[in-house]
Amino acid sequence: MTVYEPWNATRGAEIIAEHTHLEGATLVILHALQEAFGYVPEPAIPMIASALNLSRAEVHGVFTFYHDFRHKPAGRHVLKLCRAEACQAAGGDALAARAEAQLGIALGTTTPDERVTLEPIYCLGLCATAPSAMLDGRVVGRLDEARIDALVAEARR
Amino acid sequence: MSLRIFISRDAGAIAVGADGIAWHFEQSAARRGLAVEIVRTGSRGLYWLEPMVEVATAKGRVAFGPVADADVASVLDAMLAEAPHPLRLGIVEDIPWLKRQTRLTFARCGVVDPRSLEDYRAHDGYKGLERALTLTSEVILADVTASGLRGRGGAGFPTGIKWKTVAQTSADRKYIVCNADEGDSGTFADRMIMEGDPFVVIEGMTIAGVAVGASKGYIYIRSEYPHAVEAMNAAIAAARRGGYLGTGIGGSAHSFDLEVRVGAGAYVCGEETSLLESLEGRRGIVRAKPPLPAHKGLFGKPTVINNVLSFAAIPFILAGGAKAYADFGIGRSRGTMPIQLAGNVRYGGLFEVAFGITLGELVDDVGGGTFTGRPVRAVQVGGPLGAYFPRALFDTPFDYEAFAARDGLIGHGGIVVFDDSVDMSKQARFAMQFCAIESCGKCTPCRIGSTRGAETIDKIRAGEHVTENIAVIEDLCNTMKFGSLCALGGFTPYPVMSALKHFREDFGPAATRLQAAE
Repeated sequence: MTVYEPWNATRGAEIIAEHTHLEGATLVILHALQEAFGYVPEPAIPMIASALNLSRAEVHGVFTFYHDFRHKPAGRHVLKLCRAEACQAAGGDALAARAEAQLGIALGTTTPDERVTLEPIYCLGLCATAPSAMLDGRVVGRLDEARIDALVAEARR
Repeated sequence: MSLRIFISRDAGAIAVGADGIAWHFEQSAARRGLAVEIVRTGSRGLYWLEPMVEVATAKGRVAFGPVADADVASVLDAMLAEAPHPLRLGIVEDIPWLKRQTRLTFARCGVVDPRSLEDYRAHDGYKGLERALTLTSEVILADVTASGLRGRGGAGFPTGIKWKTVAQTSADRKYIVCNADEGDSGTFADRMIMEGDPFVVIEGMTIAGVAVGASKGYIYIRSEYPHAVEAMNAAIAAARRGGYLGTGIGGSAHSFDLEVRVGAGAYVCGEETSLLESLEGRRGIVRAKPPLPAHKGLFGKPTVINNVLSFAAIPFILAGGAKAYADFGIGRSRGTMPIQLAGNVRYGGLFEVAFGITLGELVDDVGGGTFTGRPVRAVQVGGPLGAYFPRALFDTPFDYEAFAARDGLIGHGGIVVFDDSVDMSKQARFAMQFCAIESCGKCTPCRIGSTRGAETIDKIRAGEHVTENIAVIEDLCNTMKFGSLCALGGFTPYPVMSALKHFREDFGPAATRLQAAE
């Protein structure tokens, strides 16, 4: 589990200022904010726009284009299951359904107690040790029923 | 005497427990009071044997694998006594799966410490750049052209011609961009080389900078690859410290520096113009071509944009190997291709080999069929936009033109194996759905076509007007193929049409298909 800072406009402004000198800084800043706060808080969008001399709509457009950026915090643990072809070929569909059933939520959602966010990911590049997953940044391959059960149990703790 | 043990730090090895194995070796050695040096390398690419552990001996490195935590103590015993062990695989280079390969690009991967510039140099690293620095731009470009190297990202455009175009375009600033947005399922060669031999990518990009007169480069790595991001950043810092990046590289008058940028989960950013938009800090919307990136690329400046594997092939070529490289291969596909065997395959991993090997040899012979032990029914070659091939086409040689002639593509060299439990209409639906999720939305055939495609395949699977709806799919695929702005919409018809053509029996009401199978 990763611990994030609560949103704070001064801290947000500092993070933005650290990167404004870079060419094409928008994605870099969005990543840095999400790394600090766990998501990109709405008030940060006009701040980025003003720092980079862009319109608020442009920054909002970038923020919403990419799957990675969150507009609200994820659950305490994030379990990403690879749903691409190599993992499908190795039995990933059944394992994803099993994780969904155990957590009682669909892929792309968070448990009501906000403990676990379950997400699909399209390829971790672990296709020769498929099916694979990532729990809070830790990669796991050769998943089977026992391993997916252990991952789900770990995420729930 | 200290024992030197090599354990991979490749994400694929870590995913199956390599970090724990390294820790157990340290503990086990400490308990015995043994001096042990554990070197964390990249992966050799024999993933079914990971975690694989190697030990240096007088005869060469001896491998053991796949090693579980409980095996560590006995493996250590066998290493010390040079005794037999059930997991002992012998001298690594003599393992047949590795011995059959022609490792030019991946020569050092799994061998060297990817964090060590000294190790890279001790294994012929930077010989290509050193020679390039003594040559004129024209000679470097002639070497790249003579090697016959074509873009390894999938499009197969001759690299020498691309570089020459940038070299001949005058501008106050030019860029080198490395496309490390390896989003295709079934491919992991870019990840492996960035994690296992990052300096070869840096060297290749630096040579490109010298050849075309660019002083700044970017490596755009997908966010799904945190280990590769870390490895590249560490290598860039080491290269800078060693004088191989920055001003006056390698003691020459040239300056070149690199920066890693991380993507944000958009598959379409693997398309080169979308990647450039993303690097500029915008939505990853595809640009219409022309202008070509070689004329107006990153920030409107002439830009060499190549795949990781294209850059990684360059140092060998510039170290005097242009002819040797071109001597491998068939037809217009020269050199070697790092092929990736994935999915439901017994011996999955990275197999670098000269072009010309057949698909059947790769799947049955090298890959050993499926790990479930069931018959191979289909293989998808070239990622989510690649065609599904049935056994009947297993005589196709691995070659850009041969695959194109059979309505397929080799793409980035990934092969995903499926057994006979696969439902091909479901795979065709996935291709449309994936395109719908990942479409950048700029052009209509891709944005709307993919959604309509998924809906229509749903109708076919439900048994609604099957013949008519198949005609709709065929028509839709034709529109997408010829009307889309880039390869996402343009190539999604490959998996769909190949599934329909070769596995027609899977398209119809699911209930009927189940009855037929019984």
